[in-house]
Amino acid sequence: MDQAVSAETAGRPRGDFWEGFRKGLPIMVASAPFGLLFGAVAVDNGFTVFEAVLMSATLYAGASQMVGLELFGQKIAPWLIVLSIFAVNFRHVLYSASVGRRIRHFTFWQKVVSFFLLVDPQYAETEKRGEAGLPVTFAWYLGLATPVYVMWVSEAFIGGVFGNLISNPHAIGLDVLLPIYFLGLVMGFRSRPRWLPVVITSGVASVLAYNTVGSPWHVSIGAIAGILVAAVLAKPANSEEN
Amino acid sequence: MSTIVWIIFAAAIMTFLTRIGGHLVLSRFERIHYRVEAGLNAVPAAVLTTLVAPPAFTNGWQEFATLLFSGLIATRFSMMPMFFSGAAFIILLRHFFPI
Repeated sequence: MDQAVSAETAGRPRGDFWEGFRKGLPIMVASAPFGLLFGAVAVDNGFTVFEAVLMSATLYAGASQMVGLELFGQKIAPWLIVLSIFAVNFRHVLYSASVGRRIRHFTFWQKVVSFFLLVDPQYAETEKRGEAGLPVTFAWYLGLATPVYVMWVSEAFIGGVFGNLISNPHAIGLDVLLPIYFLGLVMGFRSRPRWLPVVITSGVASVLAYNTVGSPWHVSIGAIAGILVAAVLAKPANSEEN
Repeated sequence: MSTIVWIIFAAAIMTFLTRIGGHLVLSRFERIHYRVEAGLNAVPAAVLTTLVAPPAFTNGWQEFATLLFSGLIATRFSMMPMFFSGAAFIILLRHFFPI
């Protein structure tokens, strides 16, 4: 290959977009049951189909949307619902700081769009690509997010319209699918340094917090405990990768 | 507008702030301390664990068994086989051992 071609290949936005898109497909499939479930439960809790779609389109944050629905169903004060959603999503502050280092070269509006789309699997895939030393371009990032976002919003609509057809969600294990999915993500990180102490600490702390302080604070409390353990166990540079 | 719509807009703004806030605050620092770095690297495992442990340990034995089974499957297989075998596992358990 001559230089012109290889230079073109290095920054090929279209190729990067489709490369990201392919990475997004399994995430799209994995999140589909939850997108549909969200729409169904939302309508069941008194949302209109439009409101369910609006929530998926503007929050785009699965777990917190479910928490919001659950609290709305319990007739809890609106400000407390918003605060609970904020608590569940607080982890994004840390994703944001981490991914911010990988997308320094994006323009202002590219960053705004990217941070809006920063969901758990988007974060995980971006970190994985960055750690592998591959370029994180805006085209790749958008390609990764496109199938996941478009289907997430569509599923709120489909789930809302057809939700009433699920006669017994408990029997088909709908409430356990989300934890299984999150567990899969946790196991995917098991080669990281200090993974086991972090997971054990967060697990124990979250269960204790769940039984004492209550939901949704077990998320922030458990996470902070694990992060502190990682920070305490860390050794100064050089002994680890970059 | 309905209360639901106001809740959605407020929650959407708060969610966006969490997604851009970390970058806006932490990018002000030239160098990141190694302990902060280690903490950041631990974030995904730490947070996601808190969404798994309470459902595993505070529900019935069926849920615990399902997550234990899924965790073991995850050590050998990738996400999708693990996810669907876990789903099949809980459906079977709930079918044969209804509460």
